Amino acid sequence: MQWFPLGKVNEVPPGGGRYVETPAGQIAVLCNEEGTLFAVHNRCPHRGGPLSEGFVSGTTVFCPLHNWQIDLCSGEALPPDQGCVRTFPVRTEGEEIWLGLPGEQP
Amino acid sequence: MGNRARKARLVVVGNGMAGIRTVEELLRMAPDLYEITVFGDEPHPNYNRILLTPVLAGEMRMEETILNDYDWYAGHGITLCTGSPVVQIDRVHRRVITASGETAPYDRLLLATGAAAAMAPIPGNDLPGVYSYRDMRDVEALTQVSTGGGGAVIIGAGLLGLEVAHGLNARGMQVTVVHRRAWPLDRQLDGRGGAMLQEAMEARGIRFLMERESAAVLGEGRVEGLRFQDGSSIPARIVVMTVGIRPRTGLAQTAGVACEQGILVNDTLQTYDPRIYAVGECVQHRGMTYGLVAPLFEQAKVAANHLAEYGRMRYEGSVTSTKLKVTGIELFSAGDFRGGDNTEELTLLDAHQGIYKKVVLQEHRIKGILLYGDTSIGPWLFEHLREETDISALRDHLLFGETHLGDAGHAGANQVARLPDTAEICGCNGISKGQIISAIRDGLFTLEEVRKCTKASASCGSCTGLVEQLLASTLGGVYGSSARKKALCGCTDYSHQEVRDAIQQERLLSVREVFRFLDWRNPGGCAGCRPAVNYYVRTAWPAEGYDDASARFINERAHANIQKDGTYSVIPRIYGGVTTPAELKRIAEVAERHAVPMVKFTGGQRLDLLGVPKEKLPAIWAELGMPSGHAYGKALRTVKSCVGQEFCRFGVQDSTRLAIDLEKNLERMWAPHKVKLAASGCPRNCAESTVKDFGVIGVDSGWEIYIGGNGGMKVRAADLLTRVKSEAEVILVAKAFLQMYREEAQYLERTAPWVERVGMARIRERVVEDPVQREELAARLDFAILQERDPWAEAVAGRLDIHAAPLRRVSA
Repeated sequence: MQWFPLGKVNEVPPGGGRYVETPAGQIAVLCNEEGTLFAVHNRCPHRGGPLSEGFVSGTTVFCPLHNWQIDLCSGEALPPDQGCVRTFPVRTEGEEIWLGLPGEQP
Repeated sequence: MGNRARKARLVVVGNGMAGIRTVEELLRMAPDLYEITVFGDEPHPNYNRILLTPVLAGEMRMEETILNDYDWYAGHGITLCTGSPVVQIDRVHRRVITASGETAPYDRLLLATGAAAAMAPIPGNDLPGVYSYRDMRDVEALTQVSTGGGGAVIIGAGLLGLEVAHGLNARGMQVTVVHRRAWPLDRQLDGRGGAMLQEAMEARGIRFLMERESAAVLGEGRVEGLRFQDGSSIPARIVVMTVGIRPRTGLAQTAGVACEQGILVNDTLQTYDPRIYAVGECVQHRGMTYGLVAPLFEQAKVAANHLAEYGRMRYEGSVTSTKLKVTGIELFSAGDFRGGDNTEELTLLDAHQGIYKKVVLQEHRIKGILLYGDTSIGPWLFEHLREETDISALRDHLLFGETHLGDAGHAGANQVARLPDTAEICGCNGISKGQIISAIRDGLFTLEEVRKCTKASASCGSCTGLVEQLLASTLGGVYGSSARKKALCGCTDYSHQEVRDAIQQERLLSVREVFRFLDWRNPGGCAGCRPAVNYYVRTAWPAEGYDDASARFINERAHANIQKDGTYSVIPRIYGGVTTPAELKRIAEVAERHAVPMVKFTGGQRLDLLGVPKEKLPAIWAELGMPSGHAYGKALRTVKSCVGQEFCRFGVQDSTRLAIDLEKNLERMWAPHKVKLAASGCPRNCAESTVKDFGVIGVDSGWEIYIGGNGGMKVRAADLLTRVKSEAEVILVAKAFLQMYREEAQYLERTAPWVERVGMARIRERVVEDPVQREELAARLDFAILQERDPWAEAVAGRLDIHAAPLRRVSA
């Protein structure tokens, strides 16, 4: 696991998100109304919609294309939809957001 | 310490649909507030009482009617005591006592004891072989006795009587229905409808004896027959009494809780003892008792709201409709269909096809509905009855329903009942009629639940009307009475209008304030309520209200239209569709420079640059140097025009000039949904003004103004609003009409359904006939638009951040 600084907490709008370009592909960094941050692959398991542009509420993101709802803790789509998006660890240190990406295994 | 940790105790007496529905609503609002204990007489978990007849008729099994299985109770930490009736309420010590002597203490008590079957007060009514028809026990007993065949006499030709007649007939008994009135269902049908129903049931082998008063059940040791007051008699192996129901108030009465016909409750479903609530068939509210399920659910919502200590909702009574649940017989009735002074009747009778429709009107409003044979328009008419709509404009086709050219089933699609089970209802998610019906039978009662469970109607929403009809036809009277107070979304129980009222009266200036003030269940809202509430805040408080970008759909945040691959489309504003060579060159150069994958003319006479990545949007806007066309928003889109007088040899008015003026006056206007205008220079109507939200057609003497047209999902020809002489008048009327729409329509409601809902008369009154209101409406719109800036210019100037670039580029 390797950690990368992404920017300041206030650069991610509460209730929404931003996207990050990484070697692992585009990742959505999302923030709910309470300021909790999440990171998932920026592709809805349905038709690949950019989750960074969806509504975030509680631990759910609503995909902007067809309104699939994804649980941000597990990455699983909420029933009746089925599908899964990869999640990534994210943490803050002071105002700085850090994203954990799987590093090279020795 | 210990005391503080103890949860309040809620005891529910009655394990039926009303009691458990209240618990469900309560758990949604306040899952951890109470330790809940439920007492039920019957040895079953909560089952769907509406489905008794299909079980009796052998069309369903008992297990299929279970709404909440034992696991549900366990999963929510609810203690369920079935088969152990509560016999006493000890109000002093606040506890209930059961027949076996157990006690359960309560902080709040909910009585949902339901109703019992009334027995005809005649000798012999307690003989073995006399049955009531009320619960699963009755169904089991009747199923068993029916295997022996023979004659069954039903006393009472009400809804339950006919259902049990159908059930026993299906099980092979010889059924005779006895009734004291001249026709069956005399409270739901008039004489003509009653005769048709009787005939249809007779054709299935059921006999009717009308206008007979029962005098005594005959038999030595068990039922042998029934004697009437005129002295005649008929033989019978069993007698089933369905002469009415009586609220079960005994428990409350003994405890000294005030009762009349039922347990008396106020608008918060509280009894005279403030710790005791009551819901369902056992209550009497404003003098009314209810025996249908729909009102129970409305009561459950309100009672739960107060038990959850929200204390906001009130129950103000229900308007109900009834539907007979006998397979193959279609019957729908609501309101007062008997008519009387000052009423008019519209009727349609097709004896050959067995169709009879009657609508009773009073002062252009529907007072009563009776449909026999074809009930498909029932829900639509019922909606008008509840809303007290002025139906003058619909009168011509009222009895045929709301059919339109190209009707894809927005609001009234009449054919849903006739569709096969395989028919696709929800085109977005590929859900068939059969799938939806079986999901509803598994225990769904609301549109929201169907959306959640099946996805049907959860995407574009154009099949919502069809799904609602399936709910109505599958559930009968259960569904629908709450439509008037349809909750804005699953995050709240408040309706659109209640939310708007709160924003206005309490001066709520942001989405967050609204969510907090109205105790939103999800503090972050959902994709349904966030944009709606933001719109309502902005419309009520155009200057002070906070326009919350996080409550807007991505299109209105990025000011471009998101495409299937996550790229965007850019449509600059070209007023009236009139451009110049220089402007075209500039657009072409921008498209070439950025290698825009597709350049296309839109349906609204504009140019669309498709396939633009989000990152490039600000640069493209800067190079175009044109205002946003708002083609992505719930906003004024375009004013389409024809060539008009200036060049066209037929033109009688300058339509391009007017189109440009309209667009300049209305650009940047947000609305409940997209708004499209058109201006045609002569009655040939080349700009297609009659399928626009607001369209004008030039005539020799001035302009004809049309409203409420739509050419998209559901075609609707616009209605003529008025004729005016000058362009200035057109613009004034446009502003007044659109502001009225902005203030009154629900979010995501186009002008077409809105115009139908409120009626042309009301719109004409405010927008055409009353000059003061017209001016005020127009002034409010001007003020609202004045608060808005061109978003592209704002972004280019660095005053608006659409987060075009990634937050960061991480390289390993």
